[in-house]
Amino acid sequence: MTETTIESKRGTENEVLANLPWDANAPLLEVDNLQVEFHTRDGVAKAINGVSFTLDAGETLGILGESGCGKSVTAQAIMGILDIPPAKITGGSIKLNGVDLLQLDEKTRRHVRANKIAIIFQDALSALNPVFTVGWQLAELYRKHSGASRAQAKAKAVDLLKLVRIPAAEQRVNAFPHQFSGGMRQRVMIAMALALEPDIIIADEPTTALDVTVQAQVMQLLADLQKSQNMGLILITHDMGVVADVVDKITVMYAGDAVERADVYQIYERPAHPYTKALLESIPRVDMKGQELAAIKGLPPPLTQLPPGCSFQPRCRFAKDRCTTEDPPLYDVPGNRKSACHYWEEVFNS
Amino acid sequence: MSDPAMSLQEGPPAEQTEPAKDANRSLWGDAWYELKRNPIFWVASTMAIFVILLAVFPFLWTNADPSTCRLANSREKPSADHWFGYTFQGCDMWAKVVYGASKSLAVAALATTFTTIIGITMGTLAGFFPGWVDTIISRVTDIFFGLPFLLGAVVFLQLFQIRNVWTITTVLTLLGWTTLTRIMRGSVLSTKNKDYVDAARALGATNGHIVFKHILPNAIAPVFVLSTIALGGYIGAEATLTFLGVGFQQPNTTWGLLIQEGQPYALQGDPHLLVIPCAFVVVTVLAFILLGDALRDALDPRNR
Amino acid sequence: MSTPSTQQTETEPSSASDVILSVRDVKKYFPLTQGIVFKKTIGQVKAVDGVSFDLHKGETLGIVGESGCGKTTLGRLLMGLERATAGSIKINGQETTALEGAGLRKMRRNIQVVLQDPYSSLDPRMTVGDIVGEPFDVHPEVVPKKGRRQAVRDLLDVVGLNPDHINRYPHQFSGGQRQRIGIARALALRPDIIVCDEPVSALDVSVQAQVVNLFERLQDEFALSYVFIAHDLSVVRHISDRVGVMYLGKMVEIGDEMQIYERPTHPYTQALLSAVPVPDPTLRGHRDQIVLEGDVPSPANPPSGCRFRTRCWKAQDICTTDEPLLQLRDTSDHPSACHFAKVRDVIHATD
Repeated sequence: MTETTIESKRGTENEVLANLPWDANAPLLEVDNLQVEFHTRDGVAKAINGVSFTLDAGETLGILGESGCGKSVTAQAIMGILDIPPAKITGGSIKLNGVDLLQLDEKTRRHVRANKIAIIFQDALSALNPVFTVGWQLAELYRKHSGASRAQAKAKAVDLLKLVRIPAAEQRVNAFPHQFSGGMRQRVMIAMALALEPDIIIADEPTTALDVTVQAQVMQLLADLQKSQNMGLILITHDMGVVADVVDKITVMYAGDAVERADVYQIYERPAHPYTKALLESIPRVDMKGQELAAIKGLPPPLTQLPPGCSFQPRCRFAKDRCTTEDPPLYDVPGNRKSACHYWEEVFNS
Repeated sequence: MSDPAMSLQEGPPAEQTEPAKDANRSLWGDAWYELKRNPIFWVASTMAIFVILLAVFPFLWTNADPSTCRLANSREKPSADHWFGYTFQGCDMWAKVVYGASKSLAVAALATTFTTIIGITMGTLAGFFPGWVDTIISRVTDIFFGLPFLLGAVVFLQLFQIRNVWTITTVLTLLGWTTLTRIMRGSVLSTKNKDYVDAARALGATNGHIVFKHILPNAIAPVFVLSTIALGGYIGAEATLTFLGVGFQQPNTTWGLLIQEGQPYALQGDPHLLVIPCAFVVVTVLAFILLGDALRDALDPRNR
Repeated sequence: MSTPSTQQTETEPSSASDVILSVRDVKKYFPLTQGIVFKKTIGQVKAVDGVSFDLHKGETLGIVGESGCGKTTLGRLLMGLERATAGSIKINGQETTALEGAGLRKMRRNIQVVLQDPYSSLDPRMTVGDIVGEPFDVHPEVVPKKGRRQAVRDLLDVVGLNPDHINRYPHQFSGGQRQRIGIARALALRPDIIVCDEPVSALDVSVQAQVVNLFERLQDEFALSYVFIAHDLSVVRHISDRVGVMYLGKMVEIGDEMQIYERPTHPYTQALLSAVPVPDPTLRGHRDQIVLEGDVPSPANPPSGCRFRTRCWKAQDICTTDEPLLQLRDTSDHPSACHFAKVRDVIHATD
């Protein structure tokens, strides 16, 4: 995959892309110490304070966290669709095959965005234009960036709908977004994301608005396509069940920090950060029936008033004095993992 | 769900931190706080208060009597003694403008009050009671909407032989209540679907309780905004009708009459006869439009 | 997974005498109309189409199902926010569907609600004190006027909020705290029954657990009965004594928590349970996952016979012609509305 990305196949747009200094040996995506601030009426909100991770082709990364933890902001920063202002990227890098996207000019960035990275949002209805048929929207997207003829583009639209397993694709291609059910619309969104054969797909809560039986269909489709097209998939979600089902590795976020990074099996078996541990414990389990759930006390801090030291410390049962003064770095944990907790060993062994 | 801006708007967690500086401010208090910080609000309200003071206490602003006119002074240009010059009749223009404010503003204020009351009542009824109440009110507003404002006003006023503050107010109210009714109806409809209305209903609250406790306080904001803007509009409308000869008549003093009187001489070397009264109308209308805009910004929940 | 605990609440449903809420064949059809002035009915959306169940004192009945299954409409019928098209809803033996005016208001003291959206369920222009005290305005006979302030403070304390925050406004609270305010309002009249419509689904996982714990504590403290409507099957399992599964306006299966989760006999229940992602990656690929085809049909035009047949892998001719009734069957130890009801343990199955 990494070799073929450099090859030019789409006119001037691709010439621009081909002239970028791609490094075939670099990871597909490498986010390093990314920092984003929002300037609000109440002051500066530190939405992301130093998030790092890598993603290789064919790999699925889960970004897990609750509302306001910065997981969607991370996605928007990678896509380059943050509203600036109020947002501001204050540090770090986002490297795609060795090219730092944050250093590119807006036009080049747009080309990269269109051809290399695609995003799927939670709300498919508002992401589709209600006045055009889904086929037209798919075909236009493809035609604009590939230079194909109208007929070719139309055929491609049908192919894409077939790819996402929409029944009777030849007829449905002429339907409008509101004529699709929620699950079908999300499939259309996936088709649009796949139209230009991206290297990376970012799925931001793709199934949160869907019912469980439909969610199962859509997640399975997404996982199958990711494997068959050998793409990198970033799955952003708050649902620990969905994550356990499909991803290879996880970054857990809390109040703008990546607090733990590990392989999916490791994290569920033996969390090394108190927040991850508490999250896993707060899920209702069968053997907990009739007992109190292990709730995490208190609330996440407002991003404008992060506490000194560790952000999770006010809610943490492992916290000691040191946590209130010293911001924990990402410690190395055996098994090529990371945890931002001074007392990770205690958590790990508890 | 994970929109950062959303979570930023949530107040600080009450269990852990002390209330922030804006603790215990109601939404109205919040709106006032926003308004105070908006310079446009201060400019616009200064202008509006100036016009209101002109209208209510004209004698504070000029010693001249607007009805004491000497033809010898006709069309005299602005000078150091008389900044605004003299009218065609030889009256002091400043005195005329000052005394002219009261009738224009009285009409606008009365028409605004009546349309707001009718609009809120009708809109609430139509929005709260679907079915025949809504159908009747909505169709009637549709019929009034079909009537062009200016044509309607001219026709109605031609029918009245007496043209005073009350008749003009009546005509403006008759033609103006529909817009506010529609806005109020829409606002009530969206408020009615809020869960807190369901919760009150589940408590067994009566319709009256629901309307006065929940619907009106939450639905009324857009009407206030529009009423403020409409007040400026009515000042313009009164001037227009008077200029067309169906509003106030001589020997009254209003801005519309001054414009009517000065208009023939504007291109004959005396532009001040037209420009000065027009400027007052424009500035006043603008003041209320800006005030309405500032109110809208302050009341709009999306801004916080 | 480990062996499920068999611990049941003290109020194991036994006799008919402790039935606090009795619903029989209740229906709600919404007319589909056309035209502006002269409205013409061109069809009906059968949102709830013949649902029956009993709720016992001190019990929690979970109602699960996907969007469009009618669970929210059922909740609104119970709360008296919608008028039933047909059927009977009895609270403490008293028929409520025909009540109006003062009788209706009195009935409402026995059944209260907690709604889903912690943002829109509280009037943003009222203080917390006014919101929690509103039930006393509507029912002035409950608490004398001068005792109300103290009553509100007590309620805030009960739900775990600081009583000194009585003069604050909803926007100063987080989602979980707002939901607590909503719960305090529901408790004010000391009802017997609380209908909870997706009360925790808008909350983050860590906060959700706090609120679920609160619901359980209050149930013990005030001997409450809950109808707990939700789509999150694991939360429902945790809190419910019995569970009813709805599909397209019908109750397709009802039984105690063990029966529904461990021994489901209706194919829809099985599919629903199997679709829930399990937070355990080691089960990946080893679960009995039933992926349903297609979407839920429109309730304006439901399939004939069994409503689930269009998505069911077991469907045969009889399913098109005969509607399966919700009843005990040879192959099901609890009521199941399937001609081919058969136990299939989907949540433990591994291969």
